Amino acid sequence: MINMGPQHPSTHGVFRMVMAVDGEVVVDVEPHIGYLHRGSEKLAENELYVQVVTLFDRLDYISNLNNEMVFCRTVEKLMDLAIPERAEYLRIILCELNRVASHLLFVGTFGLDTGAMTPVMYTFREREKIQTMFEMVTGARMMHNYIRIGGVKNDVPKDFHRRMQDLISELRQGIDEADRLLSFNEIFLARTKGIGTITAEKAINYGMSGPSLRASGVPMDIRKDEPYSLYDRFDFGIPIGENGDSWDRYYVRVEEMRQSLKIIEQAMEQISDGPTITSTRLVLRPPKGEVYVRGENPRGELGVYLVSDGTDKPYRVKVRPPSFCNLMALKELIKDTYIADSVVILGSLDIVLGEVDR
Amino acid sequence: MLGSVVENNSGEQSPEKTFALDDKGQFLERTVPTILSSFNHEPGVSFDIFALIIKPEDILSVCKTLKEDTQTAFDYLVCISVVDYLEYIQVVYHLMSTTKKHKIVIKVNLDSSKPSIPSLTSIWLGADWFEREGHDLFGVVFEGHPNLTPLLLYEGFEGHPGLKSYPLPEYKEW
Repeated sequence: MINMGPQHPSTHGVFRMVMAVDGEVVVDVEPHIGYLHRGSEKLAENELYVQVVTLFDRLDYISNLNNEMVFCRTVEKLMDLAIPERAEYLRIILCELNRVASHLLFVGTFGLDTGAMTPVMYTFREREKIQTMFEMVTGARMMHNYIRIGGVKNDVPKDFHRRMQDLISELRQGIDEADRLLSFNEIFLARTKGIGTITAEKAINYGMSGPSLRASGVPMDIRKDEPYSLYDRFDFGIPIGENGDSWDRYYVRVEEMRQSLKIIEQAMEQISDGPTITSTRLVLRPPKGEVYVRGENPRGELGVYLVSDGTDKPYRVKVRPPSFCNLMALKELIKDTYIADSVVILGSLDIVLGEVDR
Repeated sequence: MLGSVVENNSGEQSPEKTFALDDKGQFLERTVPTILSSFNHEPGVSFDIFALIIKPEDILSVCKTLKEDTQTAFDYLVCISVVDYLEYIQVVYHLMSTTKKHKIVIKVNLDSSKPSIPSLTSIWLGADWFEREGHDLFGVVFEGHPNLTPLLLYEGFEGHPGLKSYPLPEYKEW
């Protein structure tokens, strides 16, 4: 039995795997999670709705704005609140930018998992540019607390358009550079092609979602199936993989970055002036009822099941994290592979322990 | 600034809201009662999704029927949540179909003192960790689950923190 303990350079967070090995081949694996359990769902029952947004920031701490957006959409759906159009465009632009940042981090750390120590420098340099942009707009590099119930917190600075045009062209070059370095490299292909394959039926049975599911050939994307916010106004494609192995899971994300930049460009053309938030009370009281809203996070489908009893604090907030469901397939994926491959498979699932444990 | 200052908030009730099904929900409202005619079920609405309230003993057969029937084809388990309404504990299953793109909500009410319900891991492999989490945080026993050990809490933790009876810690002055 080998313990790949909670702290390990490759485990993407505090995640522990206890593996039974036979020589170099992994026979069985037992994942242990819960090292980052903060009781977010229980804490949310004691906070006002506007305070719960900060809890959601910290769930998947790499794609903060996407989480905030799902929660704000949940409360707005329950309250039947209409948001100004400019706020919708700003939300989409920043969420797609966050998707690019999240996938850049994935590309860098996945390269590290396979032993490629250079691409991570390039992708993190691009990520810094995105985080500077976030700091300019929201005031923070990571925990933004920018998307509020009713719109967004404040308008963007005056030179936003010009800076975004520059940023998009720089990001295109950066993504192409990282792609050239890593994607079709001989050693990378040998380490990821055919490793950790999962069929479409098995993936659907496990409840996987997001790029990990699309890599197995299932064309499911919430932005296309049930377009929320203003996604039906944009023309973008969804990359679908063929084999469902680790290389497919990686390349689907690289292509998604390019599609996200396409969406951002179209949104920048269509955006117009206007208010950025609907004036709401600080102490919101949604009507009694329940609602389930899903959003397409960089890692998959984040769902929020909100039960409200008419008071100013939620009765129950249940979060359906994408990494939680993707991680359930790990036991089957790692069976009968080498120890070195298990690290690659775990990396290709792209989990963030903040949302697995909540 | 985030809207107007807090005013007039003591004792104000939020407005009542009526919920109605969308067109996919209406299709399910017509077809599901005939498919599940041998089971005791109550239809309902969960915002705009068709909902069913069924008995705990029927859950395995109902879910198997809903998964295999070609009209409904619910092959994707989205989420299993456990909600603690103090007199009873409710387990809520959200199901989805990847082919027909419709959703359904199944609710089961359990006794607060001894909540127990058959496990769905034989139908959807994705039910595994949701049920372990429900057992961990709320104390719901899922019969037939292969490995119902604590998932999120550390070994030796006593009590079930998700329940409303578990106290939320107050801030202490140091």
